[in-house]
This record gives sequence, C-alpha cells and structure tokens, in this order.
Amino acid sequence: MAGSGNNHLRENTDDTLLRVENLVVEFPSGRRNKVHAVSDISFDIMEGETLGIVGESGCGKSTTAKAIIQLPKPTAGKVEYQGTNLTELDKEGMRQQRPSIQMIYQDPISSLNPRRTVFNIVNEGTRVWSTEHGAAQEQKVDEMIEAVGLDPREARTRRPHEYSGGQCQRISVARALVLDPKVIICDEPVSSLDVSVQARILNMLQDMKDEYKLTLLFISHDLSVVKNVSDRVAVMYLGKICEIGDGDLIYEKPTHPYTRLLLAAIPDPKNKHKDITDILEGELPSPLNPPSGCRFRTRCPRATEKCAAEEPEFRQIGNDDHWVACHFPHIEDDDLGPNDEISWPPDRQE
Amino acid sequence: MLHETETPNTLLELDDYRVGFRTERGLAKAVDGVSYELHSGKTLAIVGESGSGKTVLNRGIMGLLGSNVNESGSVKFQGEELVNSDRQKFWGKKMAMIFQDPMTSLNPVMKVGKQVSEPLRLHQGMSRKEARHRTVELFTLVGIPEPSKRFDEYPHQLSGGMRQRVMISIALAIEPDLLIADEPTTSLDVTVQKYILDLLVEVQKESNMAMTIITHDLGVARGRADEILVMYGGRVMEHAPAETLFNEMAHPYTSALLSSIPKLDDPKHTRLTPIEGFPPDIVDGPDGCKFAARCQYAQENCLNELPDTTVKGDHSYACFYPIGTDEGAKAFASNAERGHTAAGLKIRAKEEVI
Repeated sequence: MAGSGNNHLRENTDDTLLRVENLVVEFPSGRRNKVHAVSDISFDIMEGETLGIVGESGCGKSTTAKAIIQLPKPTAGKVEYQGTNLTELDKEGMRQQRPSIQMIYQDPISSLNPRRTVFNIVNEGTRVWSTEHGAAQEQKVDEMIEAVGLDPREARTRRPHEYSGGQCQRISVARALVLDPKVIICDEPVSSLDVSVQARILNMLQDMKDEYKLTLLFISHDLSVVKNVSDRVAVMYLGKICEIGDGDLIYEKPTHPYTRLLLAAIPDPKNKHKDITDILEGELPSPLNPPSGCRFRTRCPRATEKCAAEEPEFRQIGNDDHWVACHFPHIEDDDLGPNDEISWPPDRQE
Repeated sequence: MLHETETPNTLLELDDYRVGFRTERGLAKAVDGVSYELHSGKTLAIVGESGSGKTVLNRGIMGLLGSNVNESGSVKFQGEELVNSDRQKFWGKKMAMIFQDPMTSLNPVMKVGKQVSEPLRLHQGMSRKEARHRTVELFTLVGIPEPSKRFDEYPHQLSGGMRQRVMISIALAIEPDLLIADEPTTSLDVTVQKYILDLLVEVQKESNMAMTIITHDLGVARGRADEILVMYGGRVMEHAPAETLFNEMAHPYTSALLSSIPKLDDPKHTRLTPIEGFPPDIVDGPDGCKFAARCQYAQENCLNELPDTTVKGDHSYACFYPIGTDEGAKAFASNAERGHTAAGLKIRAKEEVI
C-alpha cells in the first residue's frame, strides 16, 4: 500500500510526546465492505512541536485526529502518549488521560452548547477535574476567558449565539486550555473564519502555545495556514501519508507527485510551483476499494506497473528531515542515497 | 455568441448604486454608493471580508433581494435600467448566477439532469430529447465523468466538486452575457478549485461573456481577474487592474487585508498582522471613511468626512492618505509619533504585534 514503513519515525525518547504507529481506522459499510479511512499511518510529535496535517477532504485527516483520542478506538495500531499506549487502556484509564489531550473543532458555533452560558461551557471541565473548588476554581476559569481576549463578566450571562464566529473559536480555545493540557488537536480551527479573524486566532494559538508549552496537531486543508503554524508537515492522500518532514523543506522542494500537484493548485500568481503543468486526472478513488500498490497511482502522472504492484516505503531525501513514500519521487541526483535507484523517466535506467 | 457584435462594449454600468434593508433600527445600508463598469469578455473580482456587501451588491444587480429593500442609484445592463424594475426576463438568457453553496442550491429531490435541462426547455423551447442531449454535452464540457449516467442521479449522489460543476452547467446552459459567481470555489479543495476556475476562464474565452467573481481569496482574484474591486462597509475602497492593485496598492484597507493572510513564501511561524477592531455598523455607521476606526493612517478628517474617489487612469481609490504618497507617509508618521490614530487605535511598532 502507499506509504508503508516506519523509517520516518524518529528515535523514541523522553521528548516524544505522541507516537502513532501503524494506525488503521476502518468503518464497516454494508454487509461485507469496509471504508478504509486511515490505513497504516505512523508519525511522532516531540514535546513543544507542531505537526500540521494537510490533504483534501476525505483523506482521513479528521479520522486520524479522532482516533488519537480514541473516538472511536482505532481498528489497529498503537497510539503512545508519554509512553502509555492509549489503545490498550480501559474506559477509566482513558478517562484519566483525557484532560491532557484536548481538541478544538472546526465549526465554532455548533461545537458549543447553545443553552449554556459561556462561563459554564468553559467551567465544565474544571468542575469535573479540578482539585480546587469554589472561588479558586472559578477564578481560574475567569483568567482563562480573559487570556483568550474575552470579558469574563460578560461570559457569566452570555450564551454562544451572542458571540461572533471568531469569539466562539476563542471560547473553544479557553475550554480546551482550562484543564492544562499538553496536547491540543486542532481540526480545521480557522477554516470557517474570515481572513482578518483567522489571523487573530492563529496568532493567539501561537501565543498560547508559547505560554502554556503546548504541543499541537494542526489539521487544515489550507496549505498556507499549515505552513505558517507547523514545524513539521504531513501530506495525506486517501488514508495514507505520502510525504512528511520539515515544513520549509516540503514547501520548497516537494518530491511526491501529489504534494507537487497540491502546491501547484494554490491560486496565487506568485506561487513558485505554478509552472508544474502535470494534471491531476480523474476523481478521488473510493476508500471502499482503494487502489493496490501506491494509492495515488490512478491519478499520478508518473505511475508505472511497479506502482500498482508494490507499495512504496518511506525513504529519506538527502540527510534532511524530509521523507517521501514514492517509487519515483522528484529528487535531484545529488540528494539520492546510495541505495536509491533513480528510475524516472523509465528510459533513464537503460 | 451570435449577438456578440450588437452587444455594446460596456455590458454593465453601475452609478452610485445603493441597497438598504429596512430594519427595526433603521435602514441598514448594505451597499452604499457603488459605481463601476464591466465590459464584455472581462472578469471582475470583488473582494472583501464577510459583511462588506459584496453578495448583496450582486444579488441586487440580479434582482434577487426580497421586498423590504430600498434600491437607488442606477444599474444599466446593456443600456437598460435595472433598478426598481423586474429583472426576471434577464435571468438565464442574459445573466446567470452561481451560488456559493452547491449543497443547498440544488433541489435535493430533482434529478440533476432535469435541473439543467429545465432552463433549456423553458427559455429555448427545446424538446425533452434535445434538452437531454444538450445537457449531456454541457456535463461533458464541465468535466463530469459518465455524463449520461449522471443525468439521472440526484444531488446527494454527487461529490461537492461535481455538484458545483452541475451548478456551473446550469449557469452556462443558455450562454449568458454576464455570469456572476458568488464564491464559486470556497467550499472546494484546491485541486478542484483550480479545475473549476480554469473551466470558467475557458468558457469565458469561447463565449466572450463578462464575469464577476465574488471571493475573499486574494490569490484567486489576482490570478483569474482582469480587474479587482475591494469593498468594505458597502463602499468601494479601491478598484484597479489586478496587477496594478498589488504593485501600486493605495488604500490602507487593501494593504491590511493582504497582510493578514499567511503567505506561502514566508518561513514557518511568521507572525501575521490581523486587522484590529470590527467591521462598522451599517445601520448607524460612521460619518467619515468606513475604515477609519481600524486604519493605521487615520487622521481627524477621516472620522468626519467621506473621502472622494481619486481616479488615476484605470486605478481609483477612496482615501485621504493613500499609501505611496507624501500625504500617506506624513499621516502614518504623525500617528506613529503620537502612538495612536485619530480614532484612538494604538499604532504598533513593526515587531510588536498584538
């Protein structure tokens, strides 16, 4: 299948906060069919790092995020958080871990309970978990509401519909942060916001990350946003990672044909990848019956028989933090490893 | 198109066009004096934040607003005055609109083929068989695979990109002279977006239709439009040919909008510059420039007087202290010196951003 192997995982040390290995999520569909939403993906996030996941709708970004917090439990694979495998925990064990992994959702308005006051929404978590009670606990909630730029006195009486979309997203951030989490999973946190509001929320997330020493998993379909917030970037296609590594490297020299096409499609005349004239053929194949070998081969301008027969493994590009799962990546000869064969265009082999 | 030669070059001409909604608090001035011209074969992009009036403006031109609106000023389409007249006779044949959300703008209980062939039968008097044939042709044109099979499918059986293609084929069915596309690609992935935009440009070249693209994506505007119109608070802030707008940007709002967007060329973790404050109240709005309260250049007169539109060739803007002029530089310097603008907005030092 496309993108197997765990070569790209870094050494498992004390700094590794989250390590996802061979994660598989499948949903039953009909009597015998399965939707292969996420198929055998691995990645790791160091403490204080931001990993961005980009990809088009239906590629399994959100499913990956939800599988990490075991909603639902993944079909197979390991999710290691600070050395604990979350998939093996029982209900109570997982409950104990939940405060430290929080999530921010895409639609700021529908992810807040419309019938509760904003104070109560943010307070909910601390009410359940806090060791402090009464005034000390409430003070913490007020401080957090203030930290995200809202008025804590108004929050006592107001409900979500009285706030704008950007303010609601701030409330979501406050709700996530009030439990002192270590990891925040942001699933398209700014895609429903206006550009000027988006800038404010992105800046705020960055400030919060610095102040509370957070680790972020940031999911978005907007390539410029992901580039801006992430240290490392993973590009997903049909339930697989095709390319992963340092964000600047991937955007500067994309090597997977899919990453190149994705970057070339950005509608900016100054886009330096706009001269890539390859065309993304056809439609996204159904995840019910994904293509054999490399999953991108049905739409890839470079695909050969090898791509149908064998799934490419991750290989490193040069000595950089830049990994690609492709038989025929766009690599210059200098960046080839000793064992790499360059086989594109096919006649160059002869 | 057949009647291309008789079409006057100026297809659409707006002069001080205003749209107000009657509300309990008073008249909400959603479009507040907009003037521009659009020529056949040209593409105009209208950009601005949500609430800037770009959608209301175009729905107004189409005559799609409800009964509680006040329209004034003038909109001339092929020489005919549209304001306060019935525009339904133009729909389909002369002007068509693609709406933002392809999920909700198609009828969920009607086969997509029927939704496309309906205007053909209605406006062009085609028989059922002819209309079906033409619809399949249109589906092929917009890149829908297996068009004759898709004809008999319902919207829920299609993906978002396919549904948007169906919408486009409805708009193109009668070959309109003016196509208004309201955020045609906002809900789509970048690769599909590219395909749809390329398709629109291609169809436009063939038929010489004029196109208005409403978007909040300055990249889309820059890449696909001949001219860009920047709207804020129901007014035109700046209007220029696409490249001129980016190279000789005059209005502080245009600049603020551009700098709030993450750019692909910037290294990771580049600090963004958001626009401070909130859009103005359109019922009881400011007397002066609508952007003054959020503008880094604002002086006392910006708060009380409405700036006239300065026209320099094909570039026009409404600002007392435009960027790139001595007045602008002086205004910014004096605000930087006193630490705030005339509206009381703090001026931030270059590196210190809130």
